[in-house]
Amino acid sequence: MSTLDSKVPEGPIAEKWTNYKNNIRLVNPANKRSIDVIVVGTGLAGGSAAASLAELGYNVKAFCYQDSPRRAHSIAAQGGINAAKNYQGDGDSTYRLFYDTVKGGDYRSREANVYRLAEVSANIIDQCVAQGVPFARDYGGLLDNRSFGGVQVSRTFYAKGQTGQQLLLGAYSAMSRQIGKGKIQMYNRHEMMDVVVVDGKARGIIARNLVTGELERHSAHAVVIGSGGYGNVFFLSTNAMGSNVSAAWKIHKKGAFFANPCYTQIHPTCIPQHGDQQSKLTLMSESLRNDGRIWVPAKKEDAEAIRAGKLKPTDLKEEDRDYYLERRYPSFGNLVPRDVASRAAKERCDAGFGVGTNESGEAVYLDFSSAIMRYGKEEANIKGIHNASETEIKELGTKVVEAKYGNLFQMYEKITADNPYETPMKIYPAVHYTMGGVWVDYNLMTTIPGCYAIGEANFSDHGANRLGASALMQGLADGYFVLPYTIGDYLADDIRTGAIPTDSKEFEEAEKSVQEQMDFFINNKGKHSVDYFHKRLGKVMWNKVGMARNEKGLKEAIEEIKEIREQFWKEVSVPGNANGINQELEKAARVADFLELGELFARDALERKESCGGHFREEYKTEEGEAMRDDKNFTYVAAWEYTGEPSKAKLHKEDLKYENIELKTRSYK
Amino acid sequence: MSATEGLNLTLKVWRQKSDKEKGKMETYQVSGISPDSSFLEMMDILNEQLIAEDKEPVAFDHDCREGICGSCSMFINGEAHGPGEMITTCQLHMREFKDGETIYIEPWRAKAFPVIKDLVVDRSSFDRIMASGGFVSVNTSGNTQDANAIPIDKHDADKAFDAATCIGCGACVATCKNASAMLFVSAKVSQLALLPQGKVEAKERVQNMVKQMDEEGFGNCTNTGACEVECPKGISLENIARMNREYLKSSIS
Amino acid sequence: MSKQLFSGSIGRKFAMALSALFLIIFLLQHFTINFTSVFSEKTFNELSHFMGTNPLIQFVMQPILMFGVAFHFIMGFVLEIKNRNARAVKYAKNNGAANSSWMSRNMIWSGLFILFFLGFHFNDFWIPEMNYKYIEVKAEDPDRYYDEVVHMFENPVRVIIYCLSFVFLALHLLHGFQSAFQSMGARHDKYTPAIEKIGRAYAILIPVGFIFIAVFHYVNSL
Repeated sequence: MSTLDSKVPEGPIAEKWTNYKNNIRLVNPANKRSIDVIVVGTGLAGGSAAASLAELGYNVKAFCYQDSPRRAHSIAAQGGINAAKNYQGDGDSTYRLFYDTVKGGDYRSREANVYRLAEVSANIIDQCVAQGVPFARDYGGLLDNRSFGGVQVSRTFYAKGQTGQQLLLGAYSAMSRQIGKGKIQMYNRHEMMDVVVVDGKARGIIARNLVTGELERHSAHAVVIGSGGYGNVFFLSTNAMGSNVSAAWKIHKKGAFFANPCYTQIHPTCIPQHGDQQSKLTLMSESLRNDGRIWVPAKKEDAEAIRAGKLKPTDLKEEDRDYYLERRYPSFGNLVPRDVASRAAKERCDAGFGVGTNESGEAVYLDFSSAIMRYGKEEANIKGIHNASETEIKELGTKVVEAKYGNLFQMYEKITADNPYETPMKIYPAVHYTMGGVWVDYNLMTTIPGCYAIGEANFSDHGANRLGASALMQGLADGYFVLPYTIGDYLADDIRTGAIPTDSKEFEEAEKSVQEQMDFFINNKGKHSVDYFHKRLGKVMWNKVGMARNEKGLKEAIEEIKEIREQFWKEVSVPGNANGINQELEKAARVADFLELGELFARDALERKESCGGHFREEYKTEEGEAMRDDKNFTYVAAWEYTGEPSKAKLHKEDLKYENIELKTRSYK
Repeated sequence: MSATEGLNLTLKVWRQKSDKEKGKMETYQVSGISPDSSFLEMMDILNEQLIAEDKEPVAFDHDCREGICGSCSMFINGEAHGPGEMITTCQLHMREFKDGETIYIEPWRAKAFPVIKDLVVDRSSFDRIMASGGFVSVNTSGNTQDANAIPIDKHDADKAFDAATCIGCGACVATCKNASAMLFVSAKVSQLALLPQGKVEAKERVQNMVKQMDEEGFGNCTNTGACEVECPKGISLENIARMNREYLKSSIS
Repeated sequence: MSKQLFSGSIGRKFAMALSALFLIIFLLQHFTINFTSVFSEKTFNELSHFMGTNPLIQFVMQPILMFGVAFHFIMGFVLEIKNRNARAVKYAKNNGAANSSWMSRNMIWSGLFILFFLGFHFNDFWIPEMNYKYIEVKAEDPDRYYDEVVHMFENPVRVIIYCLSFVFLALHLLHGFQSAFQSMGARHDKYTPAIEKIGRAYAILIPVGFIFIAVFHYVNSL
């Protein structure tokens, strides 16, 4: 398709990025001072981009809806960040990280982007340590690593279960330094309501001051969207309550293509839903699968007895337990990639072996008792205790497990009131991350010139499934090490442009349409709250566009979402007014966009007649129930162009070429 | 109202239209609250109820709802983040309350945290303190030295990490009888003072951050230790001692 | 940078802690001398005479002490006012007991009680002493001190006021002793537990000792 030029540089894959950087256009320091850049979102991608661009000398305006940039949802990432440092000497390399990521993504990502990601991964760790990020260290004072799902090396750097927090605080502190210098103007509690396109280029945004309710016009020479993913289209997800698609959706409606919306990651280890009053789901780090063993009862009657509360999991003998991941995937066992683990859990629960307390019994066990005994024996040996009793071993092992996962166990206990040292945790998959997003080229530019998308907001690096500890890597790679180079190539044309005026008719029109939407919500006086519609949308998404999809369900979903959307625009009720903090109004605008995205999402899933990564079509599976790709017909990125209605979006295909990796059936057996 | 399944509660909630208007405590009833619900889910139910009655819902800050973003900020029954140790409001569950109980819900109170609506306060003073020195002055380059070039004593690295877990929620300020921000500031000062990367500019950092803290109108520390108890991340008072030491050292050298 | 040492919040804390430590040392010395009155009239008189007449103590140490006492009180009030101003609107419900000791939250009240006591105490001893020495300029009698003390504690009301004041002093010290170390940044995993223990012992033993002296002389006078 001629409209999609990925702009991947020529040359061998290992040299593409270096050569490209050497030949890219630069903006000299004096000229940078007269160039403005808007960054929307202050998570790992947005925060690191804002800081780096300001360090380079650009005038940055950064926006976040939270009360501080430090609260972006990157902060909740627990497990770690991958980097091809090979500190453990276990054979890791840039190529291997590249290979694992492409394979983990089920061969649906762009090779050149992923290679670049693997290449800069090592720099990220260096940069973060220099910033004072307190990664875990061993007794020699050197950095420690752990292993994550879908790989066979230890390349994950971590800071207990708070890696995302520590990395985000690193980026936030870099931002703070620039805020103090006046190089970043920070707009907290501001939400981007629309992008402004002037003469075909992104030249600014309309933002709403969430405290005063005022609409503000902000202009710039380029607009960077780092607003995260759209998992909240499912209502219940592990995303923050405020996480939304609006910034990405607004640029989509103004010309940015939206790629692979159906690629959604359902994370296998989340705390199961407790009931209808639930507002969000909580993730338990994937790192738990390093030591925890996942199982369900081998006999249906045991599962029933457990659900009825007549039997405890600890009462079940070893032979009555079905460690189904170890059984089905002996070589990766409990460490299979997320999509595989999630589907396997759903398969067991659907077959009636689930142990959850809700109607459908949605939960499986994550058990640490063998890890506790294994570590206990090791500790006993280290301490020279030769005839340790079982209780002593258990005590020693509990201490080791506590040191490794203490905060996660504590979190679990706080939420469920169950002690995971004594009884296995209950987990179930939940929506966690969206691999799909705004289509970008090698420069991370969308199909709107001057408008960039970085981090989870774009689609580029994870294909159809993301490996654990790769989201942090991508966010920081985009913000610290990719965008600051590639954006210069575009801005080099703008050194003589001068400040962009905000009184043009484009700004006026954009502001007017936002104002009309706000007025509509306030004056509509319908009979249902925003959440009423959001919950209904979420239910349709989860049941028909969730972990397993089929043609009939998807077609129904498209119709149902359309209906909900029509009803929403008739019957939504937003109390209060638009001249101050009005959280219902904020939600209404976000849900309006989710109601459009949901439909495109289902449409994309319908068109992709294969199973790959997080996208599982029941019609396309092997006899053993594994996902079946169709490389002949679907080795492409589906990039959707907005044409006025989500279901009528126009499909553009970017063919994916694999020159350095052979397309294989993904196997973790 | 007949007793429904779940908890029936009386809520006394601070309502204030904006920073310019005066506020007052209002009383609401909620019923049928599942003990497994989180405190904020209970607030959601209250808000749905208010919307159905065509009243304005209670504004409150919240986002991640898993205890890490630091947005939620409620003073519940006289305690920051309510009863229970090492938790944020979003991690507080309704099983901690008894059927029929009256619960007081107030915003953080401090001159440096003005209320902007209902339970929402402005904590940008924390951001300004961070901008005054809560960083290591290193540019993004990709050419910094290898991450393992300087080994760091595990003990120091662990202490730095413990200090770094601060989520900037402001519970320390809210609970301190003096509305002092020393636990927050000292956590950042400590984290960076303990690491070789941060030591280089430790002197300027502590001076600048303390100066900014004072300018924001926070009170002084009188070592009651309330902040440490109410801190959802258990940040230790040891950090305040370290900051005092760093400050004195930088003042005389 | 030294000009910042005593300005700013941490500087004031430091100054408060320094004056506190000075007063703690003074209190120990005061107690030691007083305690001799329990077992040796002669020692008590000798020591009191020395303290009352030695020029170094009278004209150097005494003014320093006066300054220390005044500074500690004034700074205490200044900090209290500043701290109260840091929270303009109070909580409708505040459960301070959930996270801090009564002593730590009420230093201003225990301090005020001690101030009231100091006034009383000065009226009892210091003003008559100044009057004796510098206004009426009577001849020094090295043996007068013991009798003066004994005479004072014949009055049961006075003894009760003294005992109550020492209870407040104990409460003040229970928080203040280790707090002073914390304020100066003197905290260490190894030594702090010891400082806390010494602090608690000091905060209880010294006031109890003073109470004992007062009660001892009262009982003797019966």
